[in-house]
Amino acid sequence: MTTTTLAVLVPLLPFLGAVAGLLLGRAAPGFVRPLAVLPTLAALALACTVAADQGGGRAVDAHTELTPTGSVPIELALYIDGFAVLVAVLVAFVAACVQIYSTGYLRDDPRYPSYAALVSLFTSAMLLVVYSGDLIVLLVGWEVMGICSYFLVGHYWETPEARAASIKAFLVTKLGDVPFLIGLFALATDAGSFRITTVLGTVAHGGLHHPTLVGLLLLCGVAGKSAQFPLHTWLPDAMAGPTPVSALIHAATMVAAGVYFVARLLPVFEAAAAVMVVLAVMGAVTMVGSALAALAQDDIKRVLAYSTIGQLGYMTGALAVGDRGAAVFHLLSHGAFKALLFLAAGVIIHAAGTNSLAVMSRTSGLRDRVPDAYWTMTVALLALAAIPPFSGFFSKESVLGAAEHAATGHAEHAPGSAGWIVLVAGLATALLTAAYATRLWLLAFRGRGAAAADHGRQPLSMTVILWVLAVPSLAFGGFAYRSLPGWFDGRALTPTLTTSVLGTGLALVGGLATYGTWQRTRTLAARAPLGAVAAHPEGDAGLVEAEAIAAHEPAFGDVAHAPDPADPGRLLLGPLHRHAADGFHLDAVYDALFVRPVLAAASLVQFLDREVVETYVRGAGALPRLLGAAVRRAQTGNVQTYVSALLAGTVVLAVAVLLVATGA
Amino acid sequence: MHLAYPAVLSALLFCTGLYGVLARRNAILVLMSVELMLNAVNLNLVAFDVWLSKAARDTLHSGQALTLFTIAVAAAEIGIGLAIVLAVHRNRGTSDIDRLRDTAEGHEDGTPTDGAADEKAEATA
Repeated sequence: MTTTTLAVLVPLLPFLGAVAGLLLGRAAPGFVRPLAVLPTLAALALACTVAADQGGGRAVDAHTELTPTGSVPIELALYIDGFAVLVAVLVAFVAACVQIYSTGYLRDDPRYPSYAALVSLFTSAMLLVVYSGDLIVLLVGWEVMGICSYFLVGHYWETPEARAASIKAFLVTKLGDVPFLIGLFALATDAGSFRITTVLGTVAHGGLHHPTLVGLLLLCGVAGKSAQFPLHTWLPDAMAGPTPVSALIHAATMVAAGVYFVARLLPVFEAAAAVMVVLAVMGAVTMVGSALAALAQDDIKRVLAYSTIGQLGYMTGALAVGDRGAAVFHLLSHGAFKALLFLAAGVIIHAAGTNSLAVMSRTSGLRDRVPDAYWTMTVALLALAAIPPFSGFFSKESVLGAAEHAATGHAEHAPGSAGWIVLVAGLATALLTAAYATRLWLLAFRGRGAAAADHGRQPLSMTVILWVLAVPSLAFGGFAYRSLPGWFDGRALTPTLTTSVLGTGLALVGGLATYGTWQRTRTLAARAPLGAVAAHPEGDAGLVEAEAIAAHEPAFGDVAHAPDPADPGRLLLGPLHRHAADGFHLDAVYDALFVRPVLAAASLVQFLDREVVETYVRGAGALPRLLGAAVRRAQTGNVQTYVSALLAGTVVLAVAVLLVATGA
Repeated sequence: MHLAYPAVLSALLFCTGLYGVLARRNAILVLMSVELMLNAVNLNLVAFDVWLSKAARDTLHSGQALTLFTIAVAAAEIGIGLAIVLAVHRNRGTSDIDRLRDTAEGHEDGTPTDGAADEKAEATA
C-alpha cells in the first residue's frame, strides 16, 4: 500500500471503531473492549509506518475533489510532513494507552461502551486534523473534537460539576471558534483555496491583504482550543471528567490541536509582527499565571490542568519566536509525560479515595500502596520540572534557546520584543513549575498521619501503561533532540549553555524553596485535621474519582482549593494565594462580561415573547371566541326552533328572489 | 277542473302541516304533520302533471311517476320515524319534543330520571 492509503486509514480506523462501538455497544457487550482498543492500536501501527515511510523527507501531498462547491473549492487533501507524522504517532500512542488504561479504570462503568466509542471518535478527529491538507476538512476534525470533549467531560453527568464543566468547555471553545471560522474564510478568499499548500504559497508571495486581522482571528480559535489566556478557563473545570479523558485531552488531542495548527500555518502568523507579539504576550501571561494558579490548587488534577496550560504557554511562546520545531518538540515530550502524570494521578486518586492534596498530605504510606504510580509520577514530575536528563528538559531548553535566539535578534521573522517576553516569562515559569511539581510530589507521597487504606492491587492494565509511558518521559528528549531537526525545519534543537544553566538553576531553586517551606509547614498538618474520602473506596477507579470530585465542595467549600494551613503553596504565594486559587477571578470577570449580559438578554426576550407577542396572539383569538359564544347560544336543542329559523330563512330568500326576478 | 282548486287545497294542506311541525309538541303529531306536507306536494305534482299533459307538453306523466316515488319514500320515512319515537318513548318515558334537548349547548349528559311519570302524563296529554 502507498503512504497515502496508509495515511487515510489512520484516522479512518478509530472512526470505524467508534461507529461499530456505538452500534454494537448494547447488543454485544463482549465486543466493546476489542472494538475500543484494537482500531486504536492498528492506527498506531499504521501511523508508525507512515512516519517511517515519510521519514522527514519531502511532504506527501495528495488531494481529490469530490464535487465542485461553487466558489472556493473544498478538497479532501492530505499534507503529510515531518510535523504531521510525528504528532500523529504521539496522538495514536497516547490514545492507545488511554484506551487500554480505561478498560481497567472504568471496568464497572455502565456507560463504558459509549465512552470508549467517543474516545475513539475523539482520536480519529485529532488524527484528521493532523493529516488534513485542507482547512475545511481540518475544521471538521476540530469541531468533532469540540463535541466529543463535551460528551466526555460530562461523562459523570449525574454530578452538577460535570454538567457545568462540559457546557463550559463547549461554549468557551466555541467562543473562539466563531472568529476562527471567519479567519479561515478570510484566508481562503485571499488565497483562492482552502488547501494549506496553496495558502502557504500565497503567503510566501505576499498575497495576503490583511495578515494582522486574519492572524488575530485565527488566534482566537487557537486560544480557545489550546486553552490559552484569556480562553483557558474551561480546562481546569474539565477535570470533572474521568482521568483518562483528561489525559487524552491534555496530552495528545484537543489542546495540542491549537498549537499544531499554528505550527502548520506559521508563515501566515509571521506575516504580521503584531500577531507574533500578541502570541508572545498570550503565551507569557498564560504560562506565568497558570503556574501561579497551579501552586494554589488543592485538587491534584487541577494542579496538572494548570500545568498543562503553562506548558502550552511554552509552546505558543516557541511559536511566537518563530521556531515551530521547538514548539512541536515540546508538544511531543509534553504529550508523553502529561499523559503519564494524569494516568498516575488516576491511580493515586483511586488508592487514596480522594483527589484532595490536603487530605493526601495527612495520609502516610500512599507510595507503598501504589509503587508503580509513585515511581512513574516521580519521573514525570522531574520531566515536567525540566530536570536533566528527563525529556522535558530538552524540549523546554529548545524553547528557551529559540527565545534567546530571537531576543538577541537572530531570528528572521520574530520581533526581538517577542523573544524577550517569552524568555523572561519562560524562566519565571521554570521556577514556578519546579515549585508546584515539588509541592505536588511532597504532599501526595510524603504525607504524615493515618496509614492509607488498602484497597487491593491496581488493575494490571493501568499499572503497565504507566511504565510504558515512563519510557518516553525519561528518554525521548535526550535521544530525539539530535535527530528531530531532520524531521522538522532543520533548525537545531540542542540546548544552549546559558539558558540551560539558567533554567535548570531556577528549577532547582524553585524545588528547594518549596522543600524548605514544606519542612516548616508540615508540622502544622497534624494540628489542622482535614478529611473527606469517597463513599465507596473499594469501587472501580472511575466511581471513586466521581465521588471524590463530588465530595470536595461539601467538605472544603470549593472545588479548587482547601483551607489548609499546612500547604507550602500558601506560604510561598502569601497574599496572592487567595487569588491564585480562584484562577485570578477570571471566572467572575467572564460572569460579569458575558454570562450576566446573556442572561439579561434572555430574560428580555422572554418578556417580549410572553408579554408583547403573546398579547397580539391572544387578541387575535378573542374576537372569534366572542362570536362563537354568541352563535353557541342559538343552539337550544329544540328542533322546532331550528325548523322555524329554516322556514324564516327560506321565506326571506324566496321573497328576495321574487323581487329580483320581477325587477322591483 | 281548474288548476286553482287543487293548488289552493294543497297550499292549505301544506300550511296545516307546517303549523303542525312547528307548533305541536308530540313527536307523533309532528310526524303526521310531515305526512300532510308531503301529501300536499303529491297533490301539487298530480295536478300540475294533468295540467301540463293537457297542454301536450309532457306525455310521460313524470309528475305522477314522481308521486309514486314520494309515497314509497314517505312510507319508509314514517316507519323509521315511528320506530325512533317508540324507542325514545321507551327509553325516556316521553315523546315530547320540547323535552328532548340533549343537543343543546351546555347540556349535561344523561336525562333526569325523576319525574318520569309526570312526563308520561304530559306526553299523553
